[in-house]
Amino acid sequence: MPVKILIPTPLRAYTNKLDTVEVQAATVGDAITALTSQFSDLRKHLYNDEGRLRSFVNVYLNDEDIRFLHKDQTEVNDGDTISIVPSIAGGR
Amino acid sequence: MLRLNEKFAAAIRAHGVETYPHECCGAILGRDAAAARDVLALVPLANRRDDSPRNRFEITADDVRMAEKKARELGADLVGWYHSHPDAPARPSEFDREHAWPWYSYIIVSIEKAGPQAMNSWRLVDDRSHYDAEPIEITG
Repeated sequence: MPVKILIPTPLRAYTNKLDTVEVQAATVGDAITALTSQFSDLRKHLYNDEGRLRSFVNVYLNDEDIRFLHKDQTEVNDGDTISIVPSIAGGR
Repeated sequence: MLRLNEKFAAAIRAHGVETYPHECCGAILGRDAAAARDVLALVPLANRRDDSPRNRFEITADDVRMAEKKARELGADLVGWYHSHPDAPARPSEFDREHAWPWYSYIIVSIEKAGPQAMNSWRLVDDRSHYDAEPIEITG
């Protein structure tokens, strides 16, 4: 079913400047896979070398962090919105 | 180029002094244009790394969403982040690089016992291999 993915400003350079991308998916994981298949340059900023989501990349379904739902197996419904939100980390 | 006025530059230095020897952090709201990126507001945030705040900082996704909301309310963008390096140079560490995205401006201010030292801004390059220095212009 169709779901919207909101693209954070820093990553719009890799989605032809789109701030929203609509994909067909049954789960959040499928949706992110569909997004990165369409825009492959996004992959290195979302996934680490082992192919896992980078530790600072968080995914929300509507207003819920998917870690508190069923992670990438979380089912999506028609009209849902997925957000990609970084947590910011660093240090000397 | 990142353009910020002296008031904002002083506020970042003061935040670093206030939290020394721990790292401070915050969001930078502004407007991005081809010629320069102008800073319009700062949002000081809590360093959520309770376990090692002397050499690490963390801003949670919830705090990021709150800062994004403030930016929208101002009609601005969330253009970057600042943090301090207590007793260390104002340049990004390997740990910084692993946790960054391109496009954002990352201001780092070095704080020593004697007070604030250098303040620099950095942008991660597209292939994530390194940062480029982003010139800072401090206006009156």
